[in-house]
Amino acid sequence: MSRPSEAAQSPRPSFGGRINWFKYSSPQSFFPLAGAAIPWFAAAAALFCVAGLYVSFFVAPTDQQQGEAYRIIFIHVPAAWMSMFIYLVMAFWAGAGLVFNTRLSGMMASALAPTGALFTFVALWTGALWGKPTWGAWWVWDARLTSELILLFLYFGFIALTAAIDDPRRADRAAALFALVGVINIPIIYFSVQWWNTLHQGASVSLTRAPTMAATMFAGMILMALGFWMYSIAAAFIRVRCIILERERNTEWVAEYMREQR
Amino acid sequence: MFKVLRVVIGRDLLLSMRRRADVANALLFFILVASLFPLGVGPEPNLLRTIAPGVIWVAALLASMLALGRMFAADYADGALEQMLLASAPLGLIVIGKAVAHWLVSGLPLMLLAPVLALQFDLPIDALLVLVASLALGTPSLTLIGSIGAALTLGVRGSGVLTSLLVLPLYVPVLILGTSAVDAAAGGVTVQAHLLLLTAFLIFAGAFAPWAAAAALRISLD
Amino acid sequence: MNWESFDAFLAMGGYGFYVWGSYAVTFALIAMEVVLLRLRGREIMNQLIRAERPRRSAP
Repeated sequence: MSRPSEAAQSPRPSFGGRINWFKYSSPQSFFPLAGAAIPWFAAAAALFCVAGLYVSFFVAPTDQQQGEAYRIIFIHVPAAWMSMFIYLVMAFWAGAGLVFNTRLSGMMASALAPTGALFTFVALWTGALWGKPTWGAWWVWDARLTSELILLFLYFGFIALTAAIDDPRRADRAAALFALVGVINIPIIYFSVQWWNTLHQGASVSLTRAPTMAATMFAGMILMALGFWMYSIAAAFIRVRCIILERERNTEWVAEYMREQR
Repeated sequence: MFKVLRVVIGRDLLLSMRRRADVANALLFFILVASLFPLGVGPEPNLLRTIAPGVIWVAALLASMLALGRMFAADYADGALEQMLLASAPLGLIVIGKAVAHWLVSGLPLMLLAPVLALQFDLPIDALLVLVASLALGTPSLTLIGSIGAALTLGVRGSGVLTSLLVLPLYVPVLILGTSAVDAAAGGVTVQAHLLLLTAFLIFAGAFAPWAAAAALRISLD
Repeated sequence: MNWESFDAFLAMGGYGFYVWGSYAVTFALIAMEVVLLRLRGREIMNQLIRAERPRRSAP
């Protein structure tokens, strides 16, 4: 495996259509790439969110059973999707960082964590505000809610571990291992809570959603999810650029970049 | 292979016997936490019987978590851990040995002490036996998962709180399975499924956790 | 169009508190993250500029 930084410093012309993917895995070459991509993702996020909000408030009809309270699910469900999806992407980067020993992977993982934690919190918060009028309780110890709460704790653990270790390389690798352990554990936690829940069928509420979902409702959720997705990419890229500058502050290319900036 | 295990276990047991106070402190903590609950919620026997499995399990979980710091810290401080990394024996095997030794001085005493505490809560005899069985199957899983957390936070400032932050969410399945086994026994329901699931989790943890903890040790000592 | 008036839109069929509470917190948090990211970026840029100045004035 060639060292990524070397590959980036000596860009050999690649014959035979072989693309050197590791070229983009060095922080130095990813930095301008991310910078160029951020406005596009931010614009796409704004566009999708506006369209999603329009559909969820003005196009989607009122739900017969839940009334207007159901409009919360237009952010609740996409936020829950994103919270899990971002954790998977984070674990992917973490695993890639451990296997290929690339610096950028760890930076990407730690750049994604706060945004993932944000969406996890949003999913919990909106879930509580949806549950109160619909189920009559702010919080129910149902498998999905409990797993989501544990997911939030896993995000916090990841962030705390990264913050506690001074050496950034060690911090990245330790947090990466923790993310991978977490990704194995989430399904186990989910199924154990679900199993536990079926045992405690006391004052439980039916958690099945309305059986038929209008196509417009689904469209609203998809648009909001796309908006959140694009936002997450933009936020992660902005954060990864901060992390790259913070860690590479003493390198020649950062000095060069600073000279270009003025 | 078994020689390595025997040597590591023997060595760690000897070392912890020299620091008996640490072992006793974790046990005292377990007794104290479990005894505080009746004082907190009131002496109503029915209520105590209902919360007993959860209280004893949570107390055992916290006590075993408190002991995690000891697993690698001393060896890390005196450099013995670095020698183990360089040893010809696989690091995962050494971790298994250390986890077994750690369980013998932290998990096993908890397990033996738990029935006495359960009497405070007036648990029926059947449930007592299941409590011991669930702790016997569950606490090794806690030690194994905990070894990953302990290895990751080695030498980090504030590592005690950090370890608990990392490890507690991962403890959830064990806690759920353990308490519901005791609940089922107290309710007169068969507990086979609970104990089988606990065993399955233990096998899973035994297969993966030492390997992950070994990787974590390599990262921490890099 | 679902709403007869702006008031009906705000009331959300009696669920205004829950619906607007959800949306307000969500977008407030997103706005907060954007502001924090801005501050972090500005902070590191300022640090880099400060670190560069003595180097440029030295020779």
